[in-house]
Amino acid sequence: MKRFVSTALAFALTLTMGVTALRAENIKVGAILAVTGGQSFLGAPEAKTLEMMVAEKNAAGGINGNKIDLLIKDSAGDPEKAISFAKQLIEEEKVFAIIGPSSSGETMKIKDIAEQGKTILLSCAAAEVIVNPVAKYVFKTPQKDSFAVQMIFKEMNKMKISKIAVVADNTGFGKAGKEQLEKIAPDFGIQILAGEVYDKAATDLSALVAKLMSDKEIQAVINWSVVPAQAIVAKNMRQAGWQVPLFQSHGFGNIKYAQAAGAAAEGIIFPAGRLLVADTLAANHPQKSLLAKYKKDYESKYQEDVSTFGGHAYDALAILVEGIRLAGPDREKVRDTIENLKGFAGTGGIFNFSPEDHNGLAIDAFEMLTVKDGKFVMYQ
Amino acid sequence: MNSTLFCQYLFAGLTYGIIYAIVAIGFNIIYNTTGIINFAQGEFVMLGGMIAISLHAHMPLLPAIVLAVLLTMAIGGLIEIFFIRWLQSPSVLRMIIITIGLSILTREAALHIWGSSVRSLPYFIGNEITSIKVFSSRVSPQVFLVVGVCSVMVAALSLFFKYSSLGREMRACAANRRAAILCGINPRNMVTLSFMLSAGIGAVAGCVMSPITYSQYDMGPSLAIKGFTVAILGGLGNSMAAVAAGLLLGIIESFSISVLPLAFQDAIATSILLLILFVRPHGLFGSSAAARLKDF
Repeated sequence: MKRFVSTALAFALTLTMGVTALRAENIKVGAILAVTGGQSFLGAPEAKTLEMMVAEKNAAGGINGNKIDLLIKDSAGDPEKAISFAKQLIEEEKVFAIIGPSSSGETMKIKDIAEQGKTILLSCAAAEVIVNPVAKYVFKTPQKDSFAVQMIFKEMNKMKISKIAVVADNTGFGKAGKEQLEKIAPDFGIQILAGEVYDKAATDLSALVAKLMSDKEIQAVINWSVVPAQAIVAKNMRQAGWQVPLFQSHGFGNIKYAQAAGAAAEGIIFPAGRLLVADTLAANHPQKSLLAKYKKDYESKYQEDVSTFGGHAYDALAILVEGIRLAGPDREKVRDTIENLKGFAGTGGIFNFSPEDHNGLAIDAFEMLTVKDGKFVMYQ
Repeated sequence: MNSTLFCQYLFAGLTYGIIYAIVAIGFNIIYNTTGIINFAQGEFVMLGGMIAISLHAHMPLLPAIVLAVLLTMAIGGLIEIFFIRWLQSPSVLRMIIITIGLSILTREAALHIWGSSVRSLPYFIGNEITSIKVFSSRVSPQVFLVVGVCSVMVAALSLFFKYSSLGREMRACAANRRAAILCGINPRNMVTLSFMLSAGIGAVAGCVMSPITYSQYDMGPSLAIKGFTVAILGGLGNSMAAVAAGLLLGIIESFSISVLPLAFQDAIATSILLLILFVRPHGLFGSSAAARLKDF
């Protein structure tokens, strides 16, 4: 009997090994995204985008015949969960690369884990610290926050605004953005008179608005956030009858945020990639055809508007696929290829990677947008 | 501080405060009839808002809210019937753990039904930027609706407990369960009723606050913590004291921002809770002699 069990066991083992050997042709790609929770406005469109793209790629025969196995892990925006998923994906699943996490705070927690595990990490989060200093295996697709800051300050210089207030949420994105704003403001001759941080789960900020409003010198407000609470700032400002210009970050690039603020969102000015205004681009713009296709595919499949966040995941996977297509399924070679990728058009802009720049986007990836009649349009 | 700023802070404080008070009253109603704290109280607020938002897609605002409140009351009653009623003299600890479990269960169910996105009812009057001038400050009409509806609810509740026979029976169960049974009152029904009542007032609060604060599947626990602080601050079981304590906490929170950074706002509530638990566990308005007679 004992013998029978061991034979059966050996047989079962060979069988599973056979299966793994068969599946080894597939390229395993992990994704750690905040699909649920307070940051689901980021993670949910990212997950949907990846699922859609992988299905499409696999239906077309994969990358040079290798199909993609996508493993999406829902971190719910929790850095602790992101850490354990990163370890699981790297050590147990031995994934080829990881896409995500959605938020800057989570990405910073797993930056070293990916680096030590020699696994390519393509983050969908924006904070500049992710790629500065550069880590060998860590890349990110959203535009740099320092460029977003410069875009906003340039606009302020044009509008002759020099005294401002800054409010930010208490996520990693908010904190990193506030630091950048404070660092870069003097270069543009802008003085920050008040800086406040609000909770990412805040439900009413009218007291904060009242405090800022009492300072008559403030000519404009920058609201740097990536969570739904950012809409509350806009609402409370306009309710209080405070009509100074309101600037937001590229974290405002989901139309749901504008809808949440309703009439109060009108006139908000913010920098963002061209995805949100794809329709108004010139036909010969290098991003035009790709943006139009992604927008059409996503909106017809999921019956909801595209957001820049889904676009970040699109870019991450597209860059990875391009790397694998050029270098074959070899992790080191793919890493080198991505690092030297030039002129690659994505939803966020034209990527030009280099060993010093693991983001690859220049300031011209941004356009200034505004909200008009509940829609995102170019700001003139 | 000028008068404009003072008014803005005051109205912000009143809005938070009255909502905390409503959650605290929900705690108190159930505490009075069962002697436990129902930690799923915040979930009733969430359910009220979420159900109303779903119904509003198919019907006008007022019927949607009324129906949402009735549905939430039914859910509150069913929760009691399924999870609490059949327990034979359960210990306080066991009941607390059950309610925490119920809170998690409700939250997860809400996540599956509505997803994780933020929703809200439209403003009842005007839109996001409508405001009314009060002295020199501007306040959204929704703030007056929240304060008004909640005040009416508090007044109606105190009349209900004081004058209606049903309210008196509930109070009798709270005062002396055995004596109430001897008088022919069924305390189990009173417990079911108390769950329905606190679910109902939570749902009303959840609907009127939705345009201001948005509704989300996980809004319950933070409300429950604030409501619990207020219930303790006022003295457990005392609904009128909860209103005073709620307004006090709300106003302290909103005025604190003039001296402290906003980031400390939640720390204030927690500090007050700890301070009260150490110094006056029977609450600002409770008596220590009465508190000693309670099991918890």
